[in-house]
Amino acid sequence: MRMAELYPAERTIVLGTHHFTADDIIRYARQFDPQPFHVDAEAARNSLFGGLCASGWHTCAAWMKTFLAFWAAECLRLEREGKVPPRLGPAHGFRDLRWLKPVFAGDTITYSATLLETREQPSRPDRLIDTILCEGSNQHGEPVIRFESSVMEFV
Amino acid sequence: MLYFEDFPIGRRFDFPDRTMTAEEIIAFATEFDPQPMHLDEAAGRAGVLGGLAASGWHTSAVMMRMLCDSYIRMTAGEGSPGVNSMEWRRPVLAGDTLSGHCRVAEARISRSRPDIGIVRFIAEVTNQRGETVAVCDYANMIRVKATEAPADAHG
Repeated sequence: MRMAELYPAERTIVLGTHHFTADDIIRYARQFDPQPFHVDAEAARNSLFGGLCASGWHTCAAWMKTFLAFWAAECLRLEREGKVPPRLGPAHGFRDLRWLKPVFAGDTITYSATLLETREQPSRPDRLIDTILCEGSNQHGEPVIRFESSVMEFV
Repeated sequence: MLYFEDFPIGRRFDFPDRTMTAEEIIAFATEFDPQPMHLDEAAGRAGVLGGLAASGWHTSAVMMRMLCDSYIRMTAGEGSPGVNSMEWRRPVLAGDTLSGHCRVAEARISRSRPDIGIVRFIAEVTNQRGETVAVCDYANMIRVKATEAPADAHG
């Protein structure tokens, strides 16, 4: 079945949560984004963020991790119901990413996905392009991230 | 230290080379994007990416490290509001050596915070054959030098 049959457009699906520990934030940032407010709690307190916070790219990667855990369970559920899960391919990229608020050490982010649009590709009738709105909110209900991902679907 | 004034339109920063090993591709994917084409050479070869391929989020993270090493660590930066677009144009395979550059596309003073400039960049990540693997249109917030007060002026 297709994504559009499974998830009606504009309906938001909660994927799950991800907890950001100080250790994880620092480990990620030392490798990829060693700015003081991502690697050093003391420096972060004196920065405009006011505390140790995750690299924005870490917040993105955790969306992916949370989505895949959801998706694995979802595929099992569909197979149990005798349905064929949609076959997703690689993403082409994303657009309109906004880091709306810092993700601080100790925050738990709830991630969601909303299918916005499915486009056919006249040159590749065996593939669709799905646009998925990806969002995350912290434990206070404040949105921290949003972006629109462009994902290949095989049909 | 580089300030807003040091980012005229057209200024270019070159990225250092970085070779993507199979081990780091698998380690990143295991934590954040555990799909077969990012975890296993044979699965990658059998799929549309053609080999053990880095997660797009891994390529993004490596680009971020390149931005840090080429200018952000030397810049009076205050983070980023977001990314207008990220295109993962070609697979990044194990053994590829990435490089590239970014260039200032637009620079303006923030309307709400005149001590901050918003600088928009286009970053291009290339492989060892000179092929573009990723293009990112993003912004940084950078302090304006003209308004920097001497440290003792804060009393």
